[in-house]
Amino acid sequence: MIMAKDLRTHLRETAIWYGGLGLLTMRVFRNLTLPPSYFWLVAREIDIIGVRSLVVALTAALFTGMVLALQTAVNMARFGAENYVGPVVALSILRELGPVLTAILVGGKVASGITAELGSMKVTEQIDALRALGVNYVKKLIVPRLMAALLVFPLVTILADGMGLFGGMLIAVFDRNVDAYLYWNTIAYWVVLKDFLTGLGKSVVFGALVTLIGCYNGLVTEGGTEGLGRSTTATVVQVAMGVIISDFFITRLFLFIYW
Amino acid sequence: MTTPPPLVELRKVSKSFGDNRVLRGVSLALAKGTILAVMGGSGSGKTVLLRIASGLLPPDAGEVALFGTRIDLMSEEAMLPLRRRTGFVFQGAALFDSLSVFENVAYPLREHTRLSLGEITDRVHHFLELVGLPETDDLLPAELSGGMRKRVGIARALVVEPEVVFFDEPTAGLDPTNAKLVAQLIAQLRTGVCDTAIVVTHDVEFAELVADQMAILMHGQFADQGTPAEIHRSANVDVRRFLAGELREI
Repeated sequence: MIMAKDLRTHLRETAIWYGGLGLLTMRVFRNLTLPPSYFWLVAREIDIIGVRSLVVALTAALFTGMVLALQTAVNMARFGAENYVGPVVALSILRELGPVLTAILVGGKVASGITAELGSMKVTEQIDALRALGVNYVKKLIVPRLMAALLVFPLVTILADGMGLFGGMLIAVFDRNVDAYLYWNTIAYWVVLKDFLTGLGKSVVFGALVTLIGCYNGLVTEGGTEGLGRSTTATVVQVAMGVIISDFFITRLFLFIYW
Repeated sequence: MTTPPPLVELRKVSKSFGDNRVLRGVSLALAKGTILAVMGGSGSGKTVLLRIASGLLPPDAGEVALFGTRIDLMSEEAMLPLRRRTGFVFQGAALFDSLSVFENVAYPLREHTRLSLGEITDRVHHFLELVGLPETDDLLPAELSGGMRKRVGIARALVVEPEVVFFDEPTAGLDPTNAKLVAQLIAQLRTGVCDTAIVVTHDVEFAELVADQMAILMHGQFADQGTPAEIHRSANVDVRRFLAGELREI
């Protein structure tokens, strides 16, 4: 009996969360076209989301490329195909690991920061103060973050892709004695523009998803500092789950469209 | 000649939070030039009423109008121009904690006007002096006392010279000196900046000092409304007991 009640409560909360996120998304896109334009806030968010996340994203990409090359080379050597480590690493990074790892790492960091900031504003009534002053808080607090994320996530992903390929090359050349020219040449032969663009397309969707989850959880924060802690933790988990689950559906969509 | 519509009007407004029915069909009309004190004990729904009247909270049922325009069915974006004609003083001041005192007060001017920096500076300094806080421009909210924060909140609400101001417990948590200062400030507002306000409070002495109309909220409804003198002569025993500080549960 208690379990059924708990399940009902959980399902209701889940439905409210998805509904709220959907409604916020609609409001944000409606507000994209409304004046005023806070371009200086977009620039500030680009710095926070992009520049300050570069070290995390690039370090992760470098080591991902290296471990991927190591695993691939060792196992492909059993079939005498060690020279093809480049395309395998490139396809994995460009199509999946680059955008997904960047979204989870940068997204988790950025979205939890957004939730903490907006949640703190919510519990101290600063968002209500903005509303009372006649300020469109969606336009002021959320739209600049979304615009910055839509721009920054693909750019960081491109850099992470490059760093991942470089990491793969380091292992291929210095650890597995694959010729560097062969590494890049096989990549250029087997990898096509579509592989790169599908990864880039994913990063745009992930950027929007991550930002909207962070903003929504911040705006619905209740219960003081304890509630703020809960919201921030929930954001980290939901961002990771959201990216992984949506990745499957986006991949299916892209394969349906392009294959 | 037709009479102008009330600046704020609530008609049969109800609001619940879960099973807790906070407001049960409350109605009020605030005419220009009136300062209305809404009184009641803790948890009686005063703040909820104020938030609904200002459009910060939607009612479950009933109608809410600001400046003759219904706002209970409006979207947040459509309501913004009406909100710019009002001021709201929050119980906890709700100052922007990363901005200095000057920037807090200047905020609505920067957002909604095309005043030059010099004009903004003059106006901010005028209102900071009005609330008795000159020379505090560079202080952050964390460096202010509770009373100072509240007065900065008042300056921020008044700096755009609103037509109606909503005060949420402006003297709560203040020492007697600061409470008196805030009361005098609100009382003198009607001679200059803004002559129409709703003040939510549980402080009887303060309400009598600033208000020319009083309404007592009990069990989600107004138990009585009228001038302070009429309220003191109320036929409702509970209202008289509340004013005398003898009513425990309302």
